[in-house]
Amino acid sequence: MEELIQQLFNGVFLGSIYALLALGYTMVYGIIGLINFAHGDVYMIGAFIGFFLITNLHLNFWVTLILTMGMCALVGMLIEFLAYRPLRHHGAPKITSLITAIGVSFLLENGMSFLFGGDSRSFPQAIKLVNFKIGFIHITNIQLLILIVSIALMVLLQFVVQKTKMGRAMRAVSVDQEAANIVGIKVDQTISFTFAIGSALAGAAGVLIGLYYNSLDPLMGMAPGIKSFIAAVFGGIGSIPGAAIGGWLIGLIETLTFTLGISSWKDAVVYAVLIVVLLVRPNGIFGKKAGEKV
Amino acid sequence: MSFFEVNNLNVSYGAIKAVKGISFQVNQGEIVSLIGANGAGKTTTLHTISGLLHPNEGTIQFAGQDITKSSPSQIVTNGISQVPEGRHVFSGLSVMENLQMGAFLRHDHDSLQADYEKVFSHFPVLKERKNQDAATLSGGEQQMLAMGRALMAHPKLLLLDEPSMGLAPLFIKEIFEIIQQIQSEGTTILLIEQNARKALSIADRGYVLETGKITMTGRGRDLLNDSAIKKAYLGG
Repeated sequence: MEELIQQLFNGVFLGSIYALLALGYTMVYGIIGLINFAHGDVYMIGAFIGFFLITNLHLNFWVTLILTMGMCALVGMLIEFLAYRPLRHHGAPKITSLITAIGVSFLLENGMSFLFGGDSRSFPQAIKLVNFKIGFIHITNIQLLILIVSIALMVLLQFVVQKTKMGRAMRAVSVDQEAANIVGIKVDQTISFTFAIGSALAGAAGVLIGLYYNSLDPLMGMAPGIKSFIAAVFGGIGSIPGAAIGGWLIGLIETLTFTLGISSWKDAVVYAVLIVVLLVRPNGIFGKKAGEKV
Repeated sequence: MSFFEVNNLNVSYGAIKAVKGISFQVNQGEIVSLIGANGAGKTTTLHTISGLLHPNEGTIQFAGQDITKSSPSQIVTNGISQVPEGRHVFSGLSVMENLQMGAFLRHDHDSLQADYEKVFSHFPVLKERKNQDAATLSGGEQQMLAMGRALMAHPKLLLLDEPSMGLAPLFIKEIFEIIQQIQSEGTTILLIEQNARKALSIADRGYVLETGKITMTGRGRDLLNDSAIKKAYLGG
């Protein structure tokens, strides 16, 4: 029982990372209907930027976090501008963009391996690890940091999307691009902004995971990328609260496999649960029923 | 030069020529109707005016400026806004948020409040449903919301694309009364309609569009009494 509760806590911490990543998938899908397979690699880039800022420039954690988010936002905007926008303007079919996304993903993974080597590096300990014990539960200050930063970013995101002019523009473009154009919203700019926000969150997740697992390498974005995509589908792709809940669920399911002693099956369990959820609720937990827009 | 002028406009979708060299004018304060059957090129014309499509040839001039190559947002800023066919309200956004989207490019925040009130005076039902999701409105109410949204941009020229489409007769009557009210408050109107009788009855002038070409023009009431138009568009 104690083991189970401990793992539930661990699941929430890990799930926060998936949630941050899932938000980027869901926002981009929501606005242009693209599954941005390169998103997990932006998270990897975030971990690398964090690594260099701390190791080479000796910046503290908070400055590193903010700078990394800013730089990842630029990376996301650049990817959109160079890879996806030209296709969109030429009216390319969605499958073309999807394949391009896979291409961008490979480019980032192999490009980073080429530039910095494929070996795993150890992430500097920017914050001294402190262990707490609450009852029988072990928690570290880094785990708490992950949880608090993730929740703070999600609240901020919700505020931006619901209450700001740019957030309203994002929602308007995602429901009806033509009407958005008609009222004078700059659609390209809004899409670019969406990539920036999603990528900034991925950057934050990259720094946090670096701190948590103490390691980074050019392929570190692959598995979390796919799992966060699953988290987004789980929650109902396009839904922001859905992505957050989906992320936490995936984290919980994954850590529960440790308790059940089937941790080597953890990925299989995640996929099995996904299949069952989609059979019961094909649009995910918070997904809208709406099919293809016409 | 007229307030609004389209000259020799040609627009294609790939190899298909949808609009073939049309020219027409709208004078300040007028209601001008562009009537024609489905596929005549009416919506294409309107989308080109709004900057959503680019013409292969021809010019569009508004208030002394060439706006042929302007972007959709520049066109809205210049004072042309559109109520699109099929209404296109933003579902998932509240009625109020939809109206706010209409004022997206405005920076004169002080006068916004008065404009919301003006929209609510034209369409009291929108005030009642201010916090409701736009998707939950009836077709007629959505038409009103789409018109309110366009008015929130404070247009000098309002483009209306098939405002009566799919609406009950009672709503159609109301919508056309409001269009006349909007005109009387000083907004110029270009109205596109399949419902030719309604459109011509409130229009100062009208143009008939057939397969991408203008085939006839005249005062609204003259066209309404024209035997050829009667036969083709007014059911005999």
